[in-house]
Amino acid sequence: MALLDIANLHAKIDGEHGKEILKGLSLKVNPGEVHAIMGPNGSGKSTLSYILAGKEDYEVTDGSVTLDGDDLLEMEIDERAAKGVFLAFQYPVEVPGVATMTFLRASLNAQRKKRGEAEVSTPDFLRLVKDKAAHLGINQDMLRRGVNVGFSGGEKKRAEILQMAILEPKLCVLDETDSGLDIDALKVVSEGVNALRAPDRAMIVITHYQRLLNHIVPDFVHVMNKGRIVRSGGKELALELEANGYAEYQQDAA
Amino acid sequence: MPAVQETVDQVRSLDVDQYKYGFFTEIETEKAPKGLSEDTVRFISAKKNEPEWMLEWRLEAFRRWLTMREPDWARVSYPPIDYQDLYYYSAPKRPSELSIDDIDPEILATYEKLGIPLRERDALLGIASGGTKVAVDAVFDSVSVATTFKEELSKAGVIFMPISEAVREYPELVKKYLGSVVPVTDNYFATLNSAVFSDGSFVYVPKGVRCPMELSTYFRINERNTGQFERTLIIADAGAYVSYLEGCTAPMRDENQLHAAVVELVALDDAEIKYSTVQNWYPGDKDGKGGIFNFVTKRGDCRGDRSKISWTQVETGSAITWKYPSCILRGDNSQGEFYSIAISNGRQQVDSGTKMIHLGKNTSSRIISKGIAAGYSDNTYRGLVTAHRKATGARNFTNCDSLLIGDKCGAHTVPYIESKNSSAQFEHEATTSKISDDQLFYCRQRGLDPEEATALIVNGFVKDVLQQLPMEFAVEAQKLIAVSLEGSVG
Repeated sequence: MALLDIANLHAKIDGEHGKEILKGLSLKVNPGEVHAIMGPNGSGKSTLSYILAGKEDYEVTDGSVTLDGDDLLEMEIDERAAKGVFLAFQYPVEVPGVATMTFLRASLNAQRKKRGEAEVSTPDFLRLVKDKAAHLGINQDMLRRGVNVGFSGGEKKRAEILQMAILEPKLCVLDETDSGLDIDALKVVSEGVNALRAPDRAMIVITHYQRLLNHIVPDFVHVMNKGRIVRSGGKELALELEANGYAEYQQDAA
Repeated sequence: MPAVQETVDQVRSLDVDQYKYGFFTEIETEKAPKGLSEDTVRFISAKKNEPEWMLEWRLEAFRRWLTMREPDWARVSYPPIDYQDLYYYSAPKRPSELSIDDIDPEILATYEKLGIPLRERDALLGIASGGTKVAVDAVFDSVSVATTFKEELSKAGVIFMPISEAVREYPELVKKYLGSVVPVTDNYFATLNSAVFSDGSFVYVPKGVRCPMELSTYFRINERNTGQFERTLIIADAGAYVSYLEGCTAPMRDENQLHAAVVELVALDDAEIKYSTVQNWYPGDKDGKGGIFNFVTKRGDCRGDRSKISWTQVETGSAITWKYPSCILRGDNSQGEFYSIAISNGRQQVDSGTKMIHLGKNTSSRIISKGIAAGYSDNTYRGLVTAHRKATGARNFTNCDSLLIGDKCGAHTVPYIESKNSSAQFEHEATTSKISDDQLFYCRQRGLDPEEATALIVNGFVKDVLQQLPMEFAVEAQKLIAVSLEGSVG
């Protein structure tokens, strides 16, 4: 059974005259696979990530999404998180006054509780964070600062990957994780993501640029346009897109 | 931080609109006849076996009060209070002189429910389990029922006792300082308090003494239709230091109850007083029925050079709060501080802030206020910073932040700044923000439910002030914040 099964998904912005953004999107993702989703601005890539996470600004009008066979669309945002859905935000949100360390621990324990697992002990937690943070070049000072407050673009993205590493999700959705990163930061972040590739974990990597996919090499590449997947292929599809751009797909769909 | 987790647990374990201190204790009481007259004042004074001068002081206040009008400038509204429909004195029946063992077991049980050990033995056990030693004075309705660690404190020369006893035992000290910071004529509620105050705490820390433990008073209003008018007087003599904490709770009742306290602090040369409040009076139900009217005058006088007074308050209770803990910076190089978290939910109304009055040279003050409004509540910060002509080099830094939860509540900031001195430097910063949908979504995507997420965001917002509280109370306050915001999301 696929880990994630999206079938004929239609969704619009919430509200009476909300614009339809997803227009019949289907995608199956198996455990262990990394899928890249590429496409021009406004094709619905970020919307897809928000809908998977359960953001309340959208209304699903048709189709279905299941995770491990369970109806994902019926679940609350935090329930989905506890079931293993993790969204690495394109623009991580600031939470002033809440130390990153505190936030990590509150998140982890909230998820564990929902799954009926015991809370992690303080020494175990500190060890876990220390280990994972070191790999991402995150120092103690950053862990003491407020969540994303005063972080540079690169620091924010590294902090997202740290959260992902601590929470150990089943399905990682990375929304333009490469945006705002210089080449060195891109390398650190990609290495962090690659370290998390595992047979029981799947990833959806959303990006504009092929550049990221040199570092995080996908098993499948999908081209999205106007709310649908218009072409799928292997990693070489990304190179083709890099050379030719999205123009041909935009014309096709028009 | 485990405290955050506890907050989260606390939120989860509670139902909406629950006030856990809302119980009532069945005990026999002795009350003054209902209503307010010279006879009431004489009755209270006689009950306390007060000397003649104290009675005269009260009567003068009462006569003055008759000529005054209730203030109406605060941003709060409430039906007129019928001052003749209240009891001004209510005391548990007991033998006149008693030890802790004579206290009505029901009262001891009440304080136990509130988590306040009155028996020193119990408090000492608290130390064994890692707690800090705290001396407690417990005030039940109109009288102080127990003061712990009296002996140990007196070895250090610290006087900590009910003010009604201090009037008899240390009349010279009381005479010298009572009303010297908040004059009898100060304002309507302070004048009323001066006429009818029944009990409260008295603290005197002698020269050069650092008080060996935290002092604390727990106020409990129990009786129906009873006003509580406590009076607290704290004096830190030259070079002394004391940290004092007050906590307050009351049963849930449909009618409003009046609480009009006066707190006076005096810090002489090089002395420091730290005064913390965790105010959790019954706030009324979700429709605004019942709750305490908390009309309180608190003022500290930095009378000596290099003295320091610091107010920290966590205000979560009361239907209406009208309260401005202030500092008069009279001594040269003296310092005043005000750290406040004021949370309003349901139909609560808060009008609170501070006054920093710079009189001496090179005086400095700092104000950090965090207002959080949820539900249908209104939350106003009102602050005054002034520099006298002679207050050269006066400095103030003010930061008031407001956080709104939902779109039916209001936050207001009303700062007054007056400087008669060109060398004064006053800085004022203010922000108003909302818990954004993006913040909530982000936290929930990481696994926190809406209330856990809100508690976490709010705790982050108030962190600067929580850090000022003594450790064990900070944890308490953090829990209280979460509980106060129960039902504010979703």
